[in-house]
Amino acid sequence: MFLHEVIIAGFGGQGILSAGRLIAYAGMLDGREVSFFPSYGPEMRGGTANCMVVVSEEPIASPVLNSCTALMVMNNPSLEKFESYIKKGGVLIADSSLVQQKPTRDDIKHFELPATLMASEAGNKAFSNIYLIGKLIKETGIITPESFEKALYGVLSKSKHHLIPQEMEALKAGMEY
Amino acid sequence: MGERLLMKGNEVIAEAAIRAGCRHYFGYPITPQTEIAHYMAKKMPKVGGVFLQAESEVSAINMVYGAASAGKRVMTSSSSPGISLKQEGISYASGAQLPAVVVNIMRGGPGLGGIQPSQSDYFQATKGGGHGDYRLIVLAPSSVQELYELTVDAFNLADQYRMVAMILGDGVLGQMMEVVNFRDEEPIVDADKSWAACGHGMKREHNTITSIHLDPAVLEQWNQALQKKYKTICEKEQRYELYKTDDADIIIVAYGSVARIAKNVVHVAREEGLKVGLLRPITLWPFPTKAFEQVMDKTRAFLTVEMSSGQMLEDVMLTVSGRKPVYFTGRMGGMIPRVDDIMAKIKEISAG
Repeated sequence: MFLHEVIIAGFGGQGILSAGRLIAYAGMLDGREVSFFPSYGPEMRGGTANCMVVVSEEPIASPVLNSCTALMVMNNPSLEKFESYIKKGGVLIADSSLVQQKPTRDDIKHFELPATLMASEAGNKAFSNIYLIGKLIKETGIITPESFEKALYGVLSKSKHHLIPQEMEALKAGMEY
Repeated sequence: MGERLLMKGNEVIAEAAIRAGCRHYFGYPITPQTEIAHYMAKKMPKVGGVFLQAESEVSAINMVYGAASAGKRVMTSSSSPGISLKQEGISYASGAQLPAVVVNIMRGGPGLGGIQPSQSDYFQATKGGGHGDYRLIVLAPSSVQELYELTVDAFNLADQYRMVAMILGDGVLGQMMEVVNFRDEEPIVDADKSWAACGHGMKREHNTITSIHLDPAVLEQWNQALQKKYKTICEKEQRYELYKTDDADIIIVAYGSVARIAKNVVHVAREEGLKVGLLRPITLWPFPTKAFEQVMDKTRAFLTVEMSSGQMLEDVMLTVSGRKPVYFTGRMGGMIPRVDDIMAKIKEISAG
């Protein structure tokens, strides 16, 4: 059954919530059922941020996850907090420019890419989350790159549409890493 | 089919209200429902409506009283502590038989509590948070789509019965995003509003909107009329969902976002060979007693799950009335029940 339950976690300001929203939006365009549940409140302002995204072919029972098929982390505390959530055989994607810690489990698939470094080398630090989404797409097939591009046009305001080709480059680089 | 959009629960409530013909919104910001006010602030001027951020919740609910008195569709929204502040106004509006919609996106209490999701305002919503013998129609959506549909329904029910209807959600529902399918046209009930105090142009007697009746005989009659209306609503407006209850040995009773977690539990339990079903009240008042009668003879036990210490539990026990055992599990203070914890309780009941 097509069911992806993803937790994305890091600091506020890293594009954690927008990554989740984009995946949900793209999933909708792929014709799936989707839900997005963000952390909210004081933790958003400079503290940790996380969100839970479900993309499924069946109606989604709960948007609140106690376990996940994939975890995407952009800082050490997030790895510590959510590592145990990953289902056996599930996927962990870490931004190795920021996450030095290694997972303690050996029953999961662990992938690293220096997303923040790759983004700043490419000239736009704000796209680090996109590299990670690229890797997530490659390893899980949660959404199609085509729908992701459409999601960017749907979610971003018109004044940022000129950046979308760069973001798609970032996605591609993440997928190919 | 209408538009299919990915939207946040709170924004959908606001959009639904506007689609239902609400052109007056009075509120005061509080997490986790502030996006309702944001959306109203942006959209109301574009549709010729009024958005007003009042100086307090007390002020906002009294502005609702004013707009409702004039026969206009009106809404206010808040979260738990703010809803407590509105109780006097809600009682007055109920006494004056005014239609209005009040949204409570619950957070953990008591007092200022926290900002994480909770269901601990069930008593306040269903048993009368203010003074006097009154009721609210209380609708408990459990998805973004239902936030839309039930908000539209809330306006219709409020108008139809001339009373306050409440949308009782929580932080999960308010903050989550899901796909919503908007209808091209809303089913708007065109209720008689000849009672409204909206200017008589010297052509008729003036209408009076009031909740004061100092003669106890008159006040009793007024109350009897209210009770008669409430009885009709209990008979006609109960709503609920029964999910896999036909062969269920244990039926979980849960509403709102907890009902969704409970649905996951139903799936997990059935994979493990345990016959579990879900009874989901959609109207919390009127409480869906008819749903219980449908399943009473077939099931072995009920398990109520709430994000509270067990408030709806009391209505479940009253309804079941000793005919079957009723169990409870719940979390408080903004903690969300886990599938594993509910499963543990189910195994305990099955073994017992």
